[in-house]
Amino acid sequence: MYQATIIITLRTSILDVQGKAVEHGIHSLGMTTVSNVRIGKQVQLEIDAHSDEDAARITDEACRKILANSVMEDYSYTVAKV
Amino acid sequence: MGRESVKKFGVVVFPGSNCDHDAYHALKHVMQQDAEFIWHKNTTLGDVDAVILPGGFSYGDYLRTGAIARFSPVMREVVKFAEAGGTVIGICNGFQILLEAGLLPGAMLRNRSLKFICKYVTLKVENAHTRFTSACTPGGLLKIPIAHGEGNYFADDDTLAELCDNGQIVFRYSDEHGNTTDETNPNGSLLNIAGIVNKQGNVLGMMPHPERAVESELGSTDGRTIFTSIINNVLHHSS
Repeated sequence: MYQATIIITLRTSILDVQGKAVEHGIHSLGMTTVSNVRIGKQVQLEIDAHSDEDAARITDEACRKILANSVMEDYSYTVAKV
Repeated sequence: MGRESVKKFGVVVFPGSNCDHDAYHALKHVMQQDAEFIWHKNTTLGDVDAVILPGGFSYGDYLRTGAIARFSPVMREVVKFAEAGGTVIGICNGFQILLEAGLLPGAMLRNRSLKFICKYVTLKVENAHTRFTSACTPGGLLKIPIAHGEGNYFADDDTLAELCDNGQIVFRYSDEHGNTTDETNPNGSLLNIAGIVNKQGNVLGMMPHPERAVESELGSTDGRTIFTSIINNVLHHSS
């Protein structure tokens, strides 16, 4: 069994208004060295796969077909045997 | 109006749709057409002349708006219907579902204010030569309400250029004089886009709710012109 951890964020070319609002919040705490806050989501799933490659292939397919919308989002993932 | 001019509208119901009854009411009782609900698990659309994907929060807007609804069984039939030239209108969440299904280009971001916005807006009819707008005045204005949290239309530059070149932008958010500026843009949509059609012109997606603007008691009847256009233009299934 494999576990995939997927991170989905807005494409860097798109203004992340939620990240911007949070950044203002952080700055209001005096933490002025913080910048470029981006908010995304994490998806975890388990995969009954035969190999690392197989698990990665299935994860990537799920990302492309449903988990991320390539028009506005980027995704990355890690796959680990559990 | 003779019965032969009455058209049959199928209103798709997803789990979480909440404007399905409004759409049904607008078509059946106000526009005096045939209308029926189509449950999202149906694998046929029946003999409808046009399909409406109504507003709401299908599947609780989980993952992304429309992202899960687009995999409902009925959507395979909606795609087939659209590819065969059938008339499909997606309103609000229905628009979001059409984007996720790839029947229309682009995607919806959160409103730039991060707020859910529910208010009347003024729409400028940018293209009155579609089957959805032929009863509208070119460049005319419609008072129709919006109610959404994710209506901030986004597409890449090439797609936007294509939308402009093909006249696919049907409605833009404007002021009462028809000026489309940043001040009249409620949600941050690129080019103030409120509604677009596909290249073939048979699929419309719009964020404002025409079904909520068909009775003067409720503030506006401007939504009727959109339904009148569809009724005038779609062919009856049996004809």
